[in-house]
Amino acid sequence: MLEREKDIAELSMKIEDLRKFAQEKKADFSAEIMVLEDKLQQMKSEAVINLGPMDKLILSRMIERPTALDYIEKVFDGFIELHGDRKFRDDPSIVGGIARLGNMPVTVIGQQKGRNTKENVKRNFGMTSPDGFRKALRLMKQAEKFRRPVICFIDTPGADPGVGAEERGQGEAIARNLMEMVDLRTPVISIVIGEGGSGGALALSIADEIWMLEHSVFSILSPEGFASILWKDSSRAKEAAQIMKITAQDLMALKIIEKVLPEPPGGAHKDPDGMSAVIRENLLQVPFGAMKEQINEVVERRYTKYRKTGAYLE
Amino acid sequence: MFKINKVFKKPHYLTLQQNNLQEAQKEKNALPAIPNGLWIKCKHCGETIYNKDFNANHKVCTACGHHYRMNARERIDLIMDTGTFKEINTDLKTVNPLDFEGYEEKIADTIKKADIAEAVVTGYGKIHGNDSVIAVMDSNFMMGSMGSVVGEKITRAFEFATAKSKPVIVFAASGGARMQEGILSLMQMAKTSAAAARHDRAGELYVTVLTDPTTGGVTASFAMLGDIILAEPGALIGFAGKRVGEQTIGQKLPEGFQTAEFLIDHGFIDKIVTRDNLKLTLSRLIKLHYS
Repeated sequence: MLEREKDIAELSMKIEDLRKFAQEKKADFSAEIMVLEDKLQQMKSEAVINLGPMDKLILSRMIERPTALDYIEKVFDGFIELHGDRKFRDDPSIVGGIARLGNMPVTVIGQQKGRNTKENVKRNFGMTSPDGFRKALRLMKQAEKFRRPVICFIDTPGADPGVGAEERGQGEAIARNLMEMVDLRTPVISIVIGEGGSGGALALSIADEIWMLEHSVFSILSPEGFASILWKDSSRAKEAAQIMKITAQDLMALKIIEKVLPEPPGGAHKDPDGMSAVIRENLLQVPFGAMKEQINEVVERRYTKYRKTGAYLE
Repeated sequence: MFKINKVFKKPHYLTLQQNNLQEAQKEKNALPAIPNGLWIKCKHCGETIYNKDFNANHKVCTACGHHYRMNARERIDLIMDTGTFKEINTDLKTVNPLDFEGYEEKIADTIKKADIAEAVVTGYGKIHGNDSVIAVMDSNFMMGSMGSVVGEKITRAFEFATAKSKPVIVFAASGGARMQEGILSLMQMAKTSAAAARHDRAGELYVTVLTDPTTGGVTASFAMLGDIILAEPGALIGFAGKRVGEQTIGQKLPEGFQTAEFLIDHGFIDKIVTRDNLKLTLSRLIKLHYS
């Protein structure tokens, strides 16, 4: 929970206490209560204004934050989940399948974090294994064949760094997705809904447009990892978050992403339906039909976008 | 006395062992100690060998065959026909997009110390008479990490080769994406893979040679995309580095984890080639595709 959310909870408890106290003592504290309630309203509306990068990082990782499946259910109709990479197994950290966006069939792929500890263990905390990336690629190639747009939901601390992932070629799996997605001959939209961690997020983000929810983050590595590598001190994560340019707003300014989707007051977790409606409205505005007609130009634009990344002098 | 808490205690020693292993690996890969310049002691087998023999053997221990790291110039001398190599894109300069404290100084310092402009040298020349575009990474330059300049040079090497219908050979040696450039470094993975894809779709040959170490964002992009993937014996090759690996403590590491030998057993590389055979192998592969 964010510091300011704690403050809000504390203040509302205090107001409640004061009310009870006033009732018990039959005393009139209404003026004081009104002042406090004004203050509470103000705090609530400011709760997610001027959030720093570290606040956003915490918010993006909150267990209450809606996950890929929450959005998939609300944004699309008739989702049919499809499983497995056809090579080794079904990675539960990736969900994917076919659904309808309005009247149009689309392929939906999402990195799925758990909504509680038990599910998080099953989902490997959203850390995708090579099998998950291969499953995602299989579904994308299927989408290409049937000319369905691909919508990806990004939410991962990073690719699975475990022994099994290394044994099954984590590096190769990510690399293959980058290479294949860049000229996938169907439109691709990737939406960062929470944590966009490192190569594990990049492997689903080679898209015509990358969107980020207002309080989501996307980074080369977690700020903890960044601080640990560069300063040998992971406790300096806040400092790292400050300079890394991990927020949607910073990445928009850097032209790494195309759109920031506003979150409901208090953050996406306060109103998943409202957030889903925003995602849906934005997706419905994408000219998928025209993009499919001009797929050569779309693929060329996608290539050029990634070709132009980087900062150097010549 | 038998202590029950020792039985159920989390096996912290595993972590230590893992660290020790990696420390040992690190030491093994450092240059052998040079007591007086004439003789050196191999840190891998402990044998004392004649320094001149070691260098003549392209930094491979004459006693045990351990492959020590080479810098980019040494690698180019080993692979390219004498006098044929021409470097391209020498004027790209690294900037400090995140205003990361000390980055400019570090770059300037490394340029002086390592006597190289950035962590990759790109160019073209002949390998036993066969034309090839090459990109040689150098682990002496900030552990061969990939920032914008490395990504751009590798991308341009692919574009150059695609335009000229030539093969690309990449000698990978990298700790991964360069943290100091943040998200821009991450994007270099996409950029280089995209350029490799274009070269691939044009029907040209791409060979990667994975040398010690090849890890992180380089493994997860162009290094693993070769039509043919070669590796040097004993090279450390993997995705997750030591620090990330530490988070997965408790998992017992398999024998030879993240070595070239481990990868060939698991089907992720085509062939392990010793340094004395590397030039010949590459030239034969090119000839089979371009003649």
